[in-house]
Amino acid sequence: MSRVSVPCHVKGTVALQVGDVRTSQGRPGVLVIDVTFPSVAPFELQEIMFKNYYTAFLSIRVRQHTSTHTPPKWVTCLRDYCLMPDPHSEEGAQEYISLFKHQMLCDMAKVLELRLILRQPSPLWVSFTVEELQIYQQGPKSPSMTFPKWLSHPVPCEQPAPLIEGLPDPSRVSSEVQQMWALTEMIRASHTSTRIGRFDVDGCYDLNLLSYT
Amino acid sequence: MEKRMNASLQRPEIKLQSLKEDIKEFFKISGWEKKLQNAVYSELSVFPLPSHPAAPPEHLKEPLVYMRKAQGSWEKRILKSLNSMCTELSIPLARKRPVGEQKELLNKWNEMGTDEPDLSLFRPVYAPKDFLEVLINLRNPNYENGDSLSFRTHLGLIQVPLKVKDIPELKEFFVELGLTTGQLGIDDSTQVPPELFENEHVRIGQKVLAEQDSAAAQQYIRQGSPTALRAELWALILNISSQPEDILYYEQLKTNVIQHDLLVDSLIYKDVKLTASNDDYYFVFEDYLYQVLLCFSRDTSVLGHFAYNSASPPKSYIRGKLGLEEYAVFYPPNGVIPFHGFSMYVAPLCFLYHEPSKLYQIFREMYVRFFFRLHSISSHPSGIVSLCLLFETLLQTYLPQLFYHLREIGAQPLRISFKWMVRAFSGYLATDQLLLLWDRILGYNSLEILAVLAAAVFAFRAVNLMEVTSLAAAEAVLADLSTLKVMPLLQIFLFATVT
Repeated sequence: MSRVSVPCHVKGTVALQVGDVRTSQGRPGVLVIDVTFPSVAPFELQEIMFKNYYTAFLSIRVRQHTSTHTPPKWVTCLRDYCLMPDPHSEEGAQEYISLFKHQMLCDMAKVLELRLILRQPSPLWVSFTVEELQIYQQGPKSPSMTFPKWLSHPVPCEQPAPLIEGLPDPSRVSSEVQQMWALTEMIRASHTSTRIGRFDVDGCYDLNLLSYT
Repeated sequence: MEKRMNASLQRPEIKLQSLKEDIKEFFKISGWEKKLQNAVYSELSVFPLPSHPAAPPEHLKEPLVYMRKAQGSWEKRILKSLNSMCTELSIPLARKRPVGEQKELLNKWNEMGTDEPDLSLFRPVYAPKDFLEVLINLRNPNYENGDSLSFRTHLGLIQVPLKVKDIPELKEFFVELGLTTGQLGIDDSTQVPPELFENEHVRIGQKVLAEQDSAAAQQYIRQGSPTALRAELWALILNISSQPEDILYYEQLKTNVIQHDLLVDSLIYKDVKLTASNDDYYFVFEDYLYQVLLCFSRDTSVLGHFAYNSASPPKSYIRGKLGLEEYAVFYPPNGVIPFHGFSMYVAPLCFLYHEPSKLYQIFREMYVRFFFRLHSISSHPSGIVSLCLLFETLLQTYLPQLFYHLREIGAQPLRISFKWMVRAFSGYLATDQLLLLWDRILGYNSLEILAVLAAAVFAFRAVNLMEVTSLAAAEAVLADLSTLKVMPLLQIFLFATVT
């Protein structure tokens, strides 16, 4: 299914913390990232993709466009999705993640705004966030092609000509020939991918020193 | 496979309409279905799971950025060391041999060990202890390593918080090593009547070989392999069959060795002379080791494994064409620079395989499946960093007094066990014990058993270790592992230690 990237504006992360003073003992364990779509009309969300950076759990809330005059409300569409099975260890810490429409708790038909709530309960990490956030909506459906008339309305079968004695049935022969042709085409198309294993360039392997890049 | 298929297609009873069904039937009868299954199973074991489509290729090599950087810096150090050796000794990295020298080498191909070249000026590019220092200094910049001791501080040498299994998880993972399951290495000892376990196990092994099923062989070998069946079982699990193309490929590599002389060859010679030739068990195989390792360094098919190895092959350019991509080459051709002790990966295999091209294939497959993880920095559960952390964690959790004591006297346990794990215990255990251990590496497709064995060895000698007062004394207690029996140690540590 094709998808189209939706340009989004990711606001700076806001840390939720108890108390005002940011001491070295306590680091925020909850971050909130707001994602708005200023130049796009309410759209149907297909996929959210991002690279994790030490976030353990992710919740997403969405605000959708409603047809009535009531102001749109925030609804949770993903609750405590686990990105790191063990928040104290590196497993899953820098993985690429995709979240799809069907994983969401509610319908994502007319998305106005998204709010990502990141949680990292372990005090071991200096910071955590999600990076390279991209939102996708459904791409346009493939344009319907107009079939030539003779394909969509095949001419009714004519009466086959009477078989001449001694010759094989023409329809059988044609199907066999078709299959043979398909086989030969396949063999011609596939070429071996085994490497020859040359490590030199035209017989020469006289090297400079090793490169550091 | 194509040839056989073509041959079968010539047969007159094959009709075009039923071609698909006939081919399927032919596969089943001729055993090619099994071969296909084995090949698919082998690919699944080696290659990592398909990753997210947006993940770049570096991510597949190693997902954690700081580990990629650390591996990059380490590689740079190795390249600098090799380059400086090159310039200091005024020896080129690669040189085409004159025809006379080629003939001479071809004549003594089977006895290269008798050669006594002057290797005094060469030194190994690095030794395991250099690599250990790099791992000790590995830090995650996002990890809070406080100055004062707290719950976050790692008491061992490894300071990165990778996920490692604990004993309940290891018990589940290694369930076939449990007390109630028969094992070769325990239940085939002379006091145990063979009717209880050994005979039946051998019979099943022969059946597995007759069926030629890789997955079944891998499951079977978790309980150990009978000596007579081991060579074939390993070949089946690694999906190696000596086809004429493979023998030809090996001969081609041999030709490459004869035509070009590489600086790396001298390093290989030096390594073999320093390690395997001095070993009571392996010195007889010295010539085989040259034949395998010299060809290994010419084998460009090994470059394929760098897709899932955090390391990258060293690059260079043809002289005078610096920077031109058409003249970029890898050095050595297989991208692997050997370190001190590298030849010990090959030596135990010489007991099993005597035909050079088969020995070569088995070693190459073992390297691209397992051994490469022992000398590159990665977060993989079988990577050396995870193995070190697993070892230290097991020791701290289940032998806290011993761990604390060794730490206090300045004998961090990893300093002693690191060299065992990097070499997969080759050269430290008796060969029959080593082969039983490597059976399990193949059976579980994981190197974690090396860390468990290292911890089990410490547990076994704990009483003596508690009495030592220096690192040197601790090393002395653990210097000789040649009398150890691997399987009882593992079983006791995993299943019979009171936790």
